[in-house]
Amino acid sequence: MSKTITIDGKIIPFEDGQTIMDAAMAAGVYIPHLCHQPEFTPHGSCKLCTVNVNGRNCSACTFPALEGQDILNETEELIEDRKKITQMLFVEGNHFCPSCEKTGNCQLQAVAYHLNMLDNHFPLFYPDREVDASHAEVMIDHNRCIFCTLCVRASHEKDGKDVFAISGRGIHKHLIVNAKSGLLKDTDIDASDQAVHICPTGALLVKRTGYQVPIGERIYDHKQIDQVALAASGSRPVAALPPSMAVGTENIKHGE
Amino acid sequence: MKQFIQGIIDNNQYQATHLLQILRQIQSHYHYIPEDAIGQLASLLSIPRTQIIGVVEFYSFFHLSPRGQYELLISDSITDHMLGSKDLLAYLAGKLGVAVGEVSADGLVSLDKTSCTGMCDQGPAGLVNGHALTHLDRAACDKIAELVKQQKPLEQWPGELFQVDDNILKSGLLLNQPLEQGAALRTVFRRGIKETLAEINQSGLRGRGGAGFKTASKWQFCAEEAETQRYVVCNADEGEPGTFKDRVLLNTYADQVFEGMTVCAAIIGAKQGFVYLRGEYLHLYDKLQNMLAQRRQNGLLGNDILGEGLDFDIEICLGAGAYICGEESALIESLEGKAGIPRNRPPYPVTQGYLGKPTVVNNVETFMAAAAIAVNGGDWFARIGTEKSNGSKILSISGDCARPGIYEYPFGTTIQTILNDCGAENVQGVQVGGPSGTFISNQEFGRKLAFEDLATGGSFIIFNTSRNILDMVHNFAHFFAHESCGFCTPCRVGTSLLQKQLDKIVEGHGSAGDVVALEELCQLVKNYSHCGLGQTAANPILTTLERYPDLYQNKLKEISYEPGFDLDAALETARRMANRDDAGAHLAQIEVNEHE
Repeated sequence: MSKTITIDGKIIPFEDGQTIMDAAMAAGVYIPHLCHQPEFTPHGSCKLCTVNVNGRNCSACTFPALEGQDILNETEELIEDRKKITQMLFVEGNHFCPSCEKTGNCQLQAVAYHLNMLDNHFPLFYPDREVDASHAEVMIDHNRCIFCTLCVRASHEKDGKDVFAISGRGIHKHLIVNAKSGLLKDTDIDASDQAVHICPTGALLVKRTGYQVPIGERIYDHKQIDQVALAASGSRPVAALPPSMAVGTENIKHGE
Repeated sequence: MKQFIQGIIDNNQYQATHLLQILRQIQSHYHYIPEDAIGQLASLLSIPRTQIIGVVEFYSFFHLSPRGQYELLISDSITDHMLGSKDLLAYLAGKLGVAVGEVSADGLVSLDKTSCTGMCDQGPAGLVNGHALTHLDRAACDKIAELVKQQKPLEQWPGELFQVDDNILKSGLLLNQPLEQGAALRTVFRRGIKETLAEINQSGLRGRGGAGFKTASKWQFCAEEAETQRYVVCNADEGEPGTFKDRVLLNTYADQVFEGMTVCAAIIGAKQGFVYLRGEYLHLYDKLQNMLAQRRQNGLLGNDILGEGLDFDIEICLGAGAYICGEESALIESLEGKAGIPRNRPPYPVTQGYLGKPTVVNNVETFMAAAAIAVNGGDWFARIGTEKSNGSKILSISGDCARPGIYEYPFGTTIQTILNDCGAENVQGVQVGGPSGTFISNQEFGRKLAFEDLATGGSFIIFNTSRNILDMVHNFAHFFAHESCGFCTPCRVGTSLLQKQLDKIVEGHGSAGDVVALEELCQLVKNYSHCGLGQTAANPILTTLERYPDLYQNKLKEISYEPGFDLDAALETARRMANRDDAGAHLAQIEVNEHE
């Protein structure tokens, strides 16, 4: 008999070595996340995937699945707090969706819609951040970086380079690149690097490709991020509740 | 420069784990980390330059742009504020002719604030090129300004500026009977390793850093790991504002602390130990090194300790100004030469710690107690204290009292007893356990020092009735925002939001709903942060909001909404561009009600 955990009352099998996120995704249960991508070492920093495990909050992407775990995922409280954490990501940077070429393809935006985020809630920081357009093919818009480190990990783990790193402390954290000049043009980055294409926001972009897919035909224009994420992970997608209904275990129980 | 850096790298055997120690030497020599040094280090240590910059920009004591030849820092701890450090800082800035946060035009001197330097019983305090300054007053500032002007080398500065006193004012179980060198190890070898662990278990000793994990269990878990390369780490990164007892223990009882580490090594089977000493305690470094050398000479460190076949040595690593490194996994990252970012757990350090190997991390006081228990036995310790908190606790007492200093009490002692002993009068409240701990009001002085009531790593700050509690909360909120490592969203953004929201209320711009919003934010940061820093960062607000709700409510304006920014100030750029300053170019913050 395989080992199981319970998420919102649903029994889910897992194998040793899987995290709660791995087990959930494989079973078609979506847990919101931004800094996590299945093929990279989990980071556990965005905290959107926080679930309640036997009464304690844990990051689903880093916490191992263990026999006997009773996990809460879609509770009213967790959804509301994940929304606030997403709002934090919005106010600390400069995210202006209507004028961003990543709109519709942006995971930050899609998660915000999924969580029914309708405003910023917190005061905006309006940080003074720069754009590095020095490279012929790739650009960094630091205004949109959420410090998920996916580009850092992709460059190191997949591309065999170390183009990116996160520097600084606290609210002064920032993305840096591996060049004496501090500019992307002087790094060994290539537009085909995985690191360039992993950014969940519009912080890392390939030049001259922004509007090849028109607005209205983009990834999240017609699908919720949960459907997309589950399909991409190869799991069997379950009928997703519209976000307005995804408000707690009650709905899930009634839906069964 | 090339030769200088090559020399440092040679001395550090090309080890990237020594990056902090290497950067400390470069910072100390050049007063910043020059670009050329970064390139050279990257190639010599075979690490990306981004890793070096990441470390430099993480730690407060490293800089990418030059500081003064005399780097002056004044402690920004609330205890120093209470001793007049704010006025003194302004005075010193005037004397030196340099603004706070700046470097003088001639590059001679720089002046800035720094987090608590652990001299709360002898402040206002500061640092000059990393060396502790105590008992600062205007006369001392005059002297410092003159010495800087004359460009006197630090070695020629008068000793009294650097005078650090122990101020041990009440000794108990541990401070009363310091061990003879080697006594604990001899007892361990005579009694047996397993039997000694049993005694430590019997003692009920729990970690003295504040979290209170049972020491014997931690050591046993580590000893049971399959991986045989194991490490002992002494956490001497005493960064909690208001605590300074480890400074005193390492000044006067260091031998016993080293002995406790060696006992731990014998039990868990470690060959290498580290003392992670906070950068602010640089003044202890040479003394501790000499003591280690002496222990080696006496056969108490090194190969075949006391002829019993135990091989163990201790290395001292200095921090570089980061409170977060007191968190054990962040400390380990720092020991490995990286930014102090707490790891995901599990795995815990006892299974995968330093370099991924099983590691015991304990507080200075824990090792000191363990050594005493090894000699005197578990019952000797367990008969003191309460049911769940055995033994004694060493406190660092500061703030409004006649006799600040070090006090040792059996667990279970009431706060009132402590206040009586240190000569505290008209007390409004006490911050127990530092900013991350609990604020208690004068209605609660019957409460007890114990893990089951008031747990503390040792910080004990007293506030009399003349103090404004919100000044303290404000200071602590800024402290956490400054010290957040920035790894996780709730703490990185949340501690800054807490600071902004609190400032808004304290500065009188808060309106109805702002206190509720503050409390909601507190819960979010507390419940979702990655580590203890974020999880406790809201405590100063939460514990005072609970006790003094009126203090916050009274600051609110009687309007329903107040913008979080200054409308009129936001128009300043537009006014400058339009070159006008008439009444029409100004905006009131809120519509003025004509009936008022």
